[in-house]
Amino acid sequence: MFERKSDIFFIYLTVGVSLICLIFLDAAVSQRLDREAVRERREIVRVLTLTDLCLFTEARYTRHPTMADLNTPFQDHPVSLEHFPSGAIMAVPPHLKTQMQR
Amino acid sequence: MGYINKQRNILDFTLSSLGRRKGKNLALVAVYTFVIFLLASVLFFTHSIKKEASLILQDAPEMTVQRLVAGRQDLIPKRYIDSIRKIRGVQSVAPRLWGYYYDALSGTNFTLMANKDLKDRVGEIIIGSGVSWRSGTGKGKKAIRKNDIIPFKTYDGSALPLKVKGILSFSSELVTTDLILVSETDFRKIFAIPHDHATDLVLQVRNSKELATIAAKITQRHPDTRPILREEILRTYDAVFDWRGGMIIVVLSGAVFAFIILAWDKATGLSGEEKREIGILKAIGWETSDILLMKFWEGAAVSLSAFFMGTFLAYLHIFLSSSILFEPVLKGWSVIYPHFRLTPYIDAYQIATLFFLTVIPYTVATIVPSWRSATVDPDSVMRM
Repeated sequence: MFERKSDIFFIYLTVGVSLICLIFLDAAVSQRLDREAVRERREIVRVLTLTDLCLFTEARYTRHPTMADLNTPFQDHPVSLEHFPSGAIMAVPPHLKTQMQR
Repeated sequence: MGYINKQRNILDFTLSSLGRRKGKNLALVAVYTFVIFLLASVLFFTHSIKKEASLILQDAPEMTVQRLVAGRQDLIPKRYIDSIRKIRGVQSVAPRLWGYYYDALSGTNFTLMANKDLKDRVGEIIIGSGVSWRSGTGKGKKAIRKNDIIPFKTYDGSALPLKVKGILSFSSELVTTDLILVSETDFRKIFAIPHDHATDLVLQVRNSKELATIAAKITQRHPDTRPILREEILRTYDAVFDWRGGMIIVVLSGAVFAFIILAWDKATGLSGEEKREIGILKAIGWETSDILLMKFWEGAAVSLSAFFMGTFLAYLHIFLSSSILFEPVLKGWSVIYPHFRLTPYIDAYQIATLFFLTVIPYTVATIVPSWRSATVDPDSVMRM
């Protein structure tokens, strides 16, 4: 049926494009299914007056980056270097920089 | 029809040519796929977490007021509430009591927060689902269940047993996994916080456009305070996972440099075998444009294969396997970590960015050296 290599290549391309379309389809379906869970999380944030996502629990300035100071990572010791792995992943919250400038 | 047939003939030849160097080309596609997989994984993860944060934290407090003493956050006196409430535009001011509790038995840091619903229920707590797994002790570690007792060590070393009266839903793990809600009385008992102090204050205002003015008035009345606006909270998560900052740029630059080396290797020259092939094709009557077309199809076949596979695998990695490769980096030294499944938020812009950053440069890099070889005399190319 597919005698030529170009036929197989075009089928492969079609499969590739279909996979990308499948990604978008899956994303749309998941967003619809997760809508209720997102609403629930929003409600918990509102009721409990939470300010941060619980992503990194190892250090307080990465557990609550919005509530931290610029000096928090270094306050264990005057010359202590920031040593928590999550501190290396995260960038500095922008409002800390602007508050320092004020 | 003739044009399509010509393209198909050239493509057939190109695929046969690629097949002759099967090992080399398969290795190339594998490395290229991995580079795209890494780039796409970082792109999908950061975009989705930023989107999730922006959706969830939309209802975070409009303004949080902290007190700073000697450069550190300190407890805020409750008397500040009255003077802040008097500022025009402020609807409500409420004190928050929260802090961190280190549980020596499990080696975990929990976030302890006083909850007004537990006001009349002293001795009771509500825990996040991550706490229920981490609080179990002993050899046969079991998850904490409703009505179990968790002993807390108070500031003076005495034990305060608190009964679990509820476990927060698994779906809220992204915001509550390490959270323990206690009554205000128990919170003050554990940390010995005076009754006239709170951790910080949360404000609601009548008109959100006045937030900046109200914040300025608060710092004018209480120069030792620092107001944090909701807009700043939202911006934080946008910046925290920005591709230009932190470890993300290290991962990204590693992948980008690997790709540049790959493309550079292609762009700087062809192997002797490839040059001979071009010389022979020219000698048997192929036009320069046909050779460039052949090389275009070669580049397109390799880069499109890697693009489709890399993108699809990255999607599976981030959204179906909960970023299993990134997990050790994200966990760090955390004992407690939320097992959340990210909602896939992807858009055509992301895929297009990935496509133009990877497929186009590689395809161009394949054509350029071939154009140089194809324009020289076939006889001299074959003799090389």
